[in-house]
Amino acid sequence: MAAKTLTIDGTLVSAREGESILEAAREAGITIPTLCHLDGLSEVGACRLCLVELTGSRRLQPACLTPVAEGMEVRTSTERLREHRRAIVELLFAERGHVCAVCVASGACELQDLAARLGVTHVRYDYLAPACTVDISHPRFGIDHHRCVLCTRCVRACDEVEGVHTWDVAGRGTAARVITDLHVPWGQATSCTSCGKCLHACPTGAIFQRGSSVAELKRDPGVIALVVAARKERW
Amino acid sequence: MVSPSAAAPAQRDRGAPPADNRLKIVEATMKRHQYRPDALIEVLHKAQELYGHLSPELLALVARRLHLPPSRVYGVATFYHFFSLAPQGEHTCTVCLGTACYVKGAATLLAALEAASGLRAGTTSADGRLSLLTARCLGACGIAPAVVLDGTVVGHAAVEPLVERLRALLNPAGA
Repeated sequence: MAAKTLTIDGTLVSAREGESILEAAREAGITIPTLCHLDGLSEVGACRLCLVELTGSRRLQPACLTPVAEGMEVRTSTERLREHRRAIVELLFAERGHVCAVCVASGACELQDLAARLGVTHVRYDYLAPACTVDISHPRFGIDHHRCVLCTRCVRACDEVEGVHTWDVAGRGTAARVITDLHVPWGQATSCTSCGKCLHACPTGAIFQRGSSVAELKRDPGVIALVVAARKERW
Repeated sequence: MVSPSAAAPAQRDRGAPPADNRLKIVEATMKRHQYRPDALIEVLHKAQELYGHLSPELLALVARRLHLPPSRVYGVATFYHFFSLAPQGEHTCTVCLGTACYVKGAATLLAALEAASGLRAGTTSADGRLSLLTARCLGACGIAPAVVLDGTVVGHAAVEPLVERLRALLNPAGA
């Protein structure tokens, strides 16, 4: 495979052909914030947090879905991008009811980490504060839709890694919700194997282990990549 | 002698027809598409056309036949406004709230219809007589504001004639 040389934030970076800007940046030690990306899963480019500037293009491009090209000049952290990212995180907070103080994932939450890293001190937008449901019909896991950011990592982990596709997104706009099977309570979803991959894939406290209270949750998102890598080695 | 035989078919028409072939038509539609998963929307379209709504049983059947996860089928059925998961009323009134219709006063129209019918947009009356629905652009922006009454498109809809038509539809005898 041909090597591509590009510039990311002023440093020359060498990347393999077909690699995404995100992968190339990570190998070069440059952090680009992400939310819907999870190692081992396919990319959807939904969260728009990894948007980067490319010289010669007025449009911002998602780093996770844009393949590297020879001579590409990428900027990952301009003021314009930082402002966009702050706005995205604020909108995510405004869309549901995120209350870190009572959340199982507080301290182990990617949304919380993003807000802290991007310097989100307050939310400029009115909170929608929709009335969401909490489903604890499953014996081992629960889902609190107040905390869901619709990144679809659970949907992809369930479909691509477990191969079951219990989860999907129903509805659209602000009414969109992740659902199990035909929108039945999770505990009644017959396709669910209770493998817990969605639990590890979830970036917030939306999917949680039953019995875990505030700040008890231990998540290991690396499990997804590990399973994918292990399968590659075997076959 | 005449009255019992005449009453029997009427009785059957009112309830769910027992020997109906709608399921067979849905099955035939899936077969025609060789049970390919990507024929989902066409199949749901046909099912919606035949039944007027998509019941959980029907969605489960389609998912099984097309080898699709039930959650995917449910996701598609709830994504498109054309599909309805709850039975619709005998009569439907769909107000277009697309940009052109909105500019031409579709919101006022909808508010007037809500007041006249006592229904909230997107709901069906308790007696199952009328569903008041909304749509985002019917593609008929030239005749905005557009309303669809029982499948008939009404262009340049004005509040009073529309409310009158709705009344006439619900009370054909003029009672």
